[in-house]
Amino acid sequence: MSAIELRGVSRWYGNVVAVNDVTMTIGPGVTGLLGPNGAGKSTVLHLIAGFLAPSRGELTVGGVPSWRNPDIYRTVGLVPERDSVYAFLTGAEFVSTTAKLHRLADPAGATRRAIAIVDMADAQDRRISTYSKGMRQRIKVAAALVHDPQVLLLDEPFNGMDPRQRLHMMDLLTRLGAEGRTILLSSHILEEVEQLADTIQVIVSGRLAASGDFRAIRRLMTSRPHVFLVRSSDDRGLGSALIGRQAVTGVELTGGGLQVRACDFGAFSRELAGLARDKDIRLRELLPEDEDLESVFAYLLES
Amino acid sequence: MDGAFNRVVASITLRAAFGRKRALLFALPAVILILLTLILKEARPPGAPWPGRVLGDFGFSVVLSLTALIIGTSVLGAEIDEGSIVHLLATPVRRSSVIVTKFVIGAVLTMVFVAVPELIAGLIVSGGVSKLAIGLFVGALAGSVVYNAVFVMLSVLTTRAIAVGLLYVLVWEVVLGNFVGGAKLLSVQQYGLGVANSIAHYSALNAGLGLSTALIMGVIVTVVTLVLATRRLSEFSLKGDAV
Repeated sequence: MSAIELRGVSRWYGNVVAVNDVTMTIGPGVTGLLGPNGAGKSTVLHLIAGFLAPSRGELTVGGVPSWRNPDIYRTVGLVPERDSVYAFLTGAEFVSTTAKLHRLADPAGATRRAIAIVDMADAQDRRISTYSKGMRQRIKVAAALVHDPQVLLLDEPFNGMDPRQRLHMMDLLTRLGAEGRTILLSSHILEEVEQLADTIQVIVSGRLAASGDFRAIRRLMTSRPHVFLVRSSDDRGLGSALIGRQAVTGVELTGGGLQVRACDFGAFSRELAGLARDKDIRLRELLPEDEDLESVFAYLLES
Repeated sequence: MDGAFNRVVASITLRAAFGRKRALLFALPAVILILLTLILKEARPPGAPWPGRVLGDFGFSVVLSLTALIIGTSVLGAEIDEGSIVHLLATPVRRSSVIVTKFVIGAVLTMVFVAVPELIAGLIVSGGVSKLAIGLFVGALAGSVVYNAVFVMLSVLTTRAIAVGLLYVLVWEVVLGNFVGGAKLLSVQQYGLGVANSIAHYSALNAGLGLSTALIMGVIVTVVTLVLATRRLSEFSLKGDAV
């Protein structure tokens, strides 16, 4: 039985559809829930975590519905995005309180183990209000892990972390995934997920745009047509030279310069400079027009 | 911890309640009530009718209702506003247990900051233990219970619990309660005064309800609001990143 299953799940708010007919199965290991800001990742995560009712469809965690079912938290740990913890507690008190709420047999022992996992023993007796963003994230992970859950859900866990803290968190999540737990994390940063997740679920505009092995999806992303804006001393001359190249699928003269569509990003990058030199054209500016994640994800949605 | 009252939730609630600046307001109305009583006791001749006005009208319609509003909306509402409630709700703790615990803590704090000062003020007025002092104390205990059930429910139902609670107290209880007889049936202030008067037998308290009506309505309102609050908390939702 898969840890998390969504079958035709939709969620809407009035006329706004936040999640549209999503079907996905998430098993053990690290899975990345990827998508641009506002795509519906958090909504999907909240649906899975039992903090939102599906408007339509079926959603189960460990075979049981998560909505209005607090018992799922015996096997699920949640690390919410919002940085709102009981700041007046120390790190150890926060984790220990969570352990007691789970009614663990040995809350003190479970607290020690969870704090050791996130490497926060040195700061455990300080109030959370004095923690950095990264430390808060780690203590939230410790609290989410204190009952040794099989499923761990993390909403944008790297937000606000410095590079060192990110590496530490990535190591931790990789380790937890390797132990056979189901780790699902949402992120809008491709590189974070790339280094961490075995499989990804790409959400764009509330729909599941791509799902499965990360490398295959990454290839799809890099082989898509790229659009550049080129400004030069002779846009028309450069355009006529570029259209004869295999790597280029289209050129258009616009008021702001020459818009070039390239099907092979690498070949286009290599050939452009040589071509300009041969034609004695001076390149003034080269801007990628669609490198933002939204357009990458939009391409996935179309393909 | 197995019952409806959860000691861990109670401990967090108490620490959170006294960790916020709002906690300074808990004692302010009570201090004003006792100071006012001391001043009037010295300034007015014995037998003057001010105790009913101060300990009954002011004590129940201002001190009790406002203190209960501040406390009742903060024991759960503040956690909902801050978002820290998610850490509590992401555990298998029964939602009914969360509501009951928050309600009990709110009621007890209100008793400490209102019922006890009402008793002290009553003792000052009477110069010792009297039916008036005991009546005010018991009436305020009853009012603390019902008010907190209502305000805990409001804090789960709306993010503007203080504003809605204030409207209820000022418009329903103070304005309508004085001019429309039927409004008293749904007035927590009147439940408290009804209980107080049944012991004190003090007509200047202006109690609009008898003991049995006050008790029956108080129990009904408390149970209904706690059930509604539990149901609503069971459906607590986090807003997603809607497209």
